[in-house]
Amino acid sequence: MSDATPWLSYDGEGEEDEQRDGRPGGEDRDQAHGEDRVPTGMNGPDDTSGPGGTGGPGDGDDRGDDGGGGQEAPSSPGPGRPPRVPLPRASVEDSGLPLPAAPEPALPQPLRLEHPVLKSLLGAWALAACSAEETAAVEEHLGDCGACADEARRLREAVGLLQRPESLDLDPGLRTRVLDGCLTRRPPGIPVPRWAQSYDAETARLDALLQDFGDAEWHAPVRLRWFRGQEATSRRTTVAGVIAHLLAVAGLVALALGLDDPLDAAGTRDAGEADRGADRSRAADCPPGTPAHRTEAFWAASRFPPTRSVRGPWRDQTHALVRTVSFTGGEGHGAMPVSYGGFELPLRDALLDRAFECWVHAEDIAEAVDYPYAPPAPRHLHDMIDLAARMLPKTLAARRRAGLATPSHHTRHLVSAGRPGRSLRLEIEGSGGGQWLIPLDSPGAVGSADHEVAHVALDDVEFCRLAAGHVSPEEAAAGQLGDREAIRDVLFAAASLSRM
Amino acid sequence: MAKKDAPPRWDRKMQQRLARGEAAALGELYDRFASLVHGLAHRVLGDERAADGITREVFAHLWEHPDAYDPRQGPLRTWVAALTHRLAVQRLRATETAALAESGRGSAEATEELERRVRHASVAARADYIVQAMPAPLRAALELAYFQRRDYRQTAADLGVTEDEARRRLRLGLQLLSTAHDVAAPGAPPGYGGAA
Repeated sequence: MSDATPWLSYDGEGEEDEQRDGRPGGEDRDQAHGEDRVPTGMNGPDDTSGPGGTGGPGDGDDRGDDGGGGQEAPSSPGPGRPPRVPLPRASVEDSGLPLPAAPEPALPQPLRLEHPVLKSLLGAWALAACSAEETAAVEEHLGDCGACADEARRLREAVGLLQRPESLDLDPGLRTRVLDGCLTRRPPGIPVPRWAQSYDAETARLDALLQDFGDAEWHAPVRLRWFRGQEATSRRTTVAGVIAHLLAVAGLVALALGLDDPLDAAGTRDAGEADRGADRSRAADCPPGTPAHRTEAFWAASRFPPTRSVRGPWRDQTHALVRTVSFTGGEGHGAMPVSYGGFELPLRDALLDRAFECWVHAEDIAEAVDYPYAPPAPRHLHDMIDLAARMLPKTLAARRRAGLATPSHHTRHLVSAGRPGRSLRLEIEGSGGGQWLIPLDSPGAVGSADHEVAHVALDDVEFCRLAAGHVSPEEAAAGQLGDREAIRDVLFAAASLSRM
Repeated sequence: MAKKDAPPRWDRKMQQRLARGEAAALGELYDRFASLVHGLAHRVLGDERAADGITREVFAHLWEHPDAYDPRQGPLRTWVAALTHRLAVQRLRATETAALAESGRGSAEATEELERRVRHASVAARADYIVQAMPAPLRAALELAYFQRRDYRQTAADLGVTEDEARRRLRLGLQLLSTAHDVAAPGAPPGYGGAA
C-alpha cells in the first residue's frame, strides 16, 4: 500500500488544512493593511521568462545561514524561533527538469510589506505573476526569512512540474483490443450480446470525440441530411442538437425496454409557452412516435437550444441500454419489437440501426469541427450493411406502393412468400463488405442467384453514405450491370432508408 | 470532461458489477479511465505502444481481480492511477535495465542514471495526476498564471475573485503540486501486491 499512499493525498483534502494554516486569524487585517500600500495598476513587466533561475533567490546551499537571519524578521509569528520548514527532498536540479529562466530584475523601490503578505505572495512570485515591486520585496525578504526561502524554493520547483496535459487522442481501436483482451482472460458472467456490441463501440467512439469539445464546438452548426421520396432534404442544428437528436430517438429503444423516456424528462408533454413555435409545428408535421417527431418535440420542449449539458443524459442512456440488453436476455431477446412510429424493428436491429446512426452523425459532427473520424470496425460495418440489405425489399415494396418505384410489370404474377424471385446482386467491397441477393418483386421472396437480373458493386463506406442519405443515388459511385430500372430502384430505396 | 466528482457510490457499484463479470461495466470503466491511464503511462514511458500495453494490463488486472480494489480505501480513480503508475514504472525500469545489460554498461554510474530517469518520470506522472485531481479553482488559477502568463491581479479579475484569493490559490496549487516529489521510498521497486 505504501506506493499508493502519496496518491491518496492528492484528492484535495489538503485544501482546508492549508487554508487554516496559511491564514491564521488576524492575518487578514495585516494583509489588508499591506494591500493598501501596493500600488494598483502596476503589473509586472510583461516578461515571458519565468522566475528565479538556478542562481535565483531561495536557491543555493547557504540556506542554513539565511535561515538564521530570518528569525529576526519583524513579523515572525509568535515568540521565539519560527518553525523551520524542512528542506525539499529533491531539488529540481536533481530531477533534470528545465528551470524557468531568471526574471529581468526590475529596480523600483522595494515595497515594505508585512511577513504574512510576503508569504501569501510566494505562489504568485514563483509563477512570475507579481508586480516588479512585489517581486523585489519578496526577494529581499527571502534573504532574511528561512521559512519563506524554503517554501519559495519548493514552489519554484513545483512550477517546473507544470506541463501541458498531453491531449493525445486515444486510438479508437484500443478500446476493442483492451476489452477483448480482458474478456479472453476472464470470460464475462454477463456478456454484452453480439448484436449490441456495435452500438456499445460506436457510442464510445462518439463520446471520445466529444471529450475535449468547448462551447464553440458544441454550438458549431451541423446540417442533418437525409433522403425523402425522390430528393435530398436537410435540417439545420448544432453539435449539441445532434446529440439531443440521438438521445430522443434512442428513447424509442429505451421505451421498449421499460427504461426512462428522455422526452418525459424534457417535459414535452406540457411544453407550454416556449417561444420555439417553429419546432413545435414541425413536430406536428411528423407522424407521432417517429424519430423525426420525437426529435422536433425534444428540441421544442426546451426554451433554449441544446448545450453541452445534453452529453451526460445521452451517455447515461447509452450505458443503460447496453447494460439492460446484457441482463434481459442475451442473444434470444433480440427479437423483441421496437416501434419506430410507422414501422417496427426487432431489438437487435434497432440497436444496429442506432449504432449506424451514431456513426453517421459522429461523422457529421467531426466534419463540422474539422476532426478526422474513421469508419467502424469491419465486423460492425458489415452488420450495419447487412441490416440495410435486409431492409431493402420492404422499402422497395413501400416505394412501389407509393408510386416511387417501377411497378413490377416484368412479373405478371406476385412471387409467393418463401419462393425465389427476380433478384439484384449487391456486392459490397471493402473490409465490411460481402454479397447480398436482394429480391426485387416481393419482400417475402427469397433472393436467388438463378433469377439475378442486375449486379451493383459499391465500396462499403460509399454504400453506407448512400443509405444515410449523404450521397444521392445518382451520384453514388456504383458499378452497374444489368436491368437499369432495377438498379435505379434499389439505389433509391437504399437512399430512402435514411431518415432524420 | 470526465465527471470528477462522481459519488463514491459509482465506485462501489462498479466494483460489484466487475465482480459479477458484467462486460458492460468493463466498457464503462474503460470509458471513464482510459485517458487517465493512457496519459499517465505515456508520461512515464514516453512511448505510444508501451502506453497501450500498460492500458491493457491495468484494465485486465482490474477485470481479473475486481476484489483487489476496496472502495473503503479510497476513490477508484486514485487506485487506478496508483496501479497505472506502478506498472508503468516497473516497465520503464525493466526496459532500461535490459538496455543497460545489452550495452554492457553495468557501472554504478549507469545504474544511478537509470534511477534518476525512473524518479524523474515518476515525479512527472504524479504531477500530472495532482493537477488533474486538484480542486478546479486551483487548477484554473494555475492555468491562467502559468500557461496564459496572466499576473495574479489579472488572474483575480479573470476568475472574479479578490486578489487575496488569487494569491492563495496560486500558492496552494503549487504547494499541492510540490508533493509530487514526496515519493515514499524512491528507487524501491514497488510491489505488485501493494495497492492492488
